[in-house]
Amino acid sequence: MNVGLFIPCYVNQFYPQVAIATLELLEKLGVEVSYPANQTCCGQPMANSGFEKTSEQTYNLFIKNFHSYDFIVAPSGSCVYHVRNHLNTIEQTDEVKHVRNKTYELCEFLVKIIKKEDLKAEFPHRVGLHQSCHGLRGLHLGKSSELIGEDFSIPGKLLNNVKGIQLVQLDRPDECCGFGGTFAVAEEAVSIKMGNDRIQDHIAHNAEVITATDMSCLMHLKGIIRRRNLSVQVKHIAEILNSN
Amino acid sequence: MTGHPEAAEIFNRNEAHVNWHDQALWFVREKRDKASSQIKGWEELRQLASEIKAHTLSNLNEYLIQFEKEATKNNVNVHWAEDAIEHNKIVYEILQAHNMKRIVKSKSMLTEECGLNHYLEEKGIEVIDTDLGERIVQLAKEPPSHIVMPAIHKKREEIDQLFHLHLNTELSGGDEVYLTREARKHLRQKFLDADAAITGVNFGIAETGGFVVCTNEGNADMGVHSTKLHIACMGLEKLVPKFEHLGIFLRLLARSATGQPITTYSSYFKSPQQGDGMHIVIVDNGRSAQLGRSDFRSSLHCIRCGACMNTCPVYRRSGGYSYGSTIPGPIGSILSPGFDLQKYSSLPFASTLCGSCADVCPVKIDIHKQLYNWRQIITEKTHVSFSKKIIMKATGLVFSHPKIFQLSSKFAKGFLRTIPRSLVNNLSGKWTKQRELPETPGYTFAEWYKKNRQQDVIGKKR
Repeated sequence: MNVGLFIPCYVNQFYPQVAIATLELLEKLGVEVSYPANQTCCGQPMANSGFEKTSEQTYNLFIKNFHSYDFIVAPSGSCVYHVRNHLNTIEQTDEVKHVRNKTYELCEFLVKIIKKEDLKAEFPHRVGLHQSCHGLRGLHLGKSSELIGEDFSIPGKLLNNVKGIQLVQLDRPDECCGFGGTFAVAEEAVSIKMGNDRIQDHIAHNAEVITATDMSCLMHLKGIIRRRNLSVQVKHIAEILNSN
Repeated sequence: MTGHPEAAEIFNRNEAHVNWHDQALWFVREKRDKASSQIKGWEELRQLASEIKAHTLSNLNEYLIQFEKEATKNNVNVHWAEDAIEHNKIVYEILQAHNMKRIVKSKSMLTEECGLNHYLEEKGIEVIDTDLGERIVQLAKEPPSHIVMPAIHKKREEIDQLFHLHLNTELSGGDEVYLTREARKHLRQKFLDADAAITGVNFGIAETGGFVVCTNEGNADMGVHSTKLHIACMGLEKLVPKFEHLGIFLRLLARSATGQPITTYSSYFKSPQQGDGMHIVIVDNGRSAQLGRSDFRSSLHCIRCGACMNTCPVYRRSGGYSYGSTIPGPIGSILSPGFDLQKYSSLPFASTLCGSCADVCPVKIDIHKQLYNWRQIITEKTHVSFSKKIIMKATGLVFSHPKIFQLSSKFAKGFLRTIPRSLVNNLSGKWTKQRELPETPGYTFAEWYKKNRQQDVIGKKR
């Protein structure tokens, strides 16, 4: 099995440690993984802003970079959701279909493809899991609180197997953080209020660390945390799963 | 014209009020969660309801004709209105023909959409909204801010003042029992004095020609039974094929709306009493056009439960009025652009696309996907700011050219460096108003990878 590592543009830029943790985690599990050097972005920033057509060249580049891999894995539910659901405006060649079907969010890949739930990690802290919306409701990495049925959470399952971790219960287990791409600037007031409300929920339950499958949510939350001099930390789930 | 972000920003200046509004609606969302998990097969019910609606809309012409035929057999007069103006005219002409001047009206978002109250009042007809919440906003001369809880934005103390001013009540400090009793007294007299009743329609049943009106206060029934004339106004998407389908929709509606197992009054109207008159006005007003837009057709599944508003993290923190449309919130944001794309162009962007609305929707409208689709149309067909277009074009350019991307990544702020400085400041200014920019670690992952994993990664083949 041959895995192409897809690192979202802003992770490459601002959070290389998240990408390194993802890479190391996959390598530790014996996955043959490599990082195609010419990758840029999945095209979501433009498409979500209503400029889907402007994204098409980026889509084509994405396919070119990743079509030769058995699987494409990214430490982001949101980018993966975009690749699976929105790369439908370009011609649906076999290569495009392959890439769309075989692109996985990291946790999903670990549990569903590698079939590993215990990663022998250790992280003795109180952790709040922020369930990033595109992973939760878009990729069904868990059951959203709106749906009625058996509870499950793929990231939650992986975290529960981490030694020493204490997962905190939140009042609102899956409310959006208010990042939403350009929403964060276009709807600045609501975005900030949503972010702050999320942070307060975690703090109220004594979380030391907020984790998520998406660094974009955490980038927004961290921005507010730093401005308000709060002590709660943020860490991408790959960093926790890779810690021992 | 101000859009949603400006109105939402004003709403957010009073954080205590935002918290109160958010918690009031979240409380309803939690009641909904409890109610929907207490019956068997909730998800199956949603699926069935969605399929019945899809089927009905695909065969709407036939079901409408069947409905008209059956209703006519039941001695009901059926009228067809192409738009709001025609709807209002029809209602007025019916009232005029019977020389009726005093109307009691139960809740109907359709008549809000058509501006019926204003139209009739201008012609010297008194229209009293008899739903308590609607009466409150009517006295305040405001539109509803929520489709199920029209006065959810008002605190008890404000209602106390309002009643004191308009209904001569004592100031009670917001005593809800006192205020409710006074409202009841006031409305009782209006019912007794009324000539005609106007109601909305929750469900029209094609096979019987009957229709269902759901209220919690019994005010629709009270109006209909205390007057000689009943005019029911119905959007043409409100049909279900069979009587038995009500068993699905009535179970979903109240649980989704307020967390009740069923609305207190779910009244089935079929034919007028001897000597009384009953009319149904079937209204298009843009619905056929929406039906013709395949990406947005399922927005017509909506049964107006309001669950998408209660769950929406943006609605709860921006208020119904911030949308500036008759139907606010997520569902309003996919319906309104169909009426006026330019006017409502900010609404599909008033969302993080979190998808909570779609998961809560009892008829499974993929609201977040339709928001995304409207965004594509809006940037193409309406006036979009020059700076936004440039930013997107520049970003697209950077992301489709690895060399430019890699070059721009070398700079601290990355690809933002490739677009004009003033635009960056504009963007990052909004980011940094109440938030820090991410710290720059001094190296990119791509650089780290090149240094630490010396392998050719290009030519890997499956």
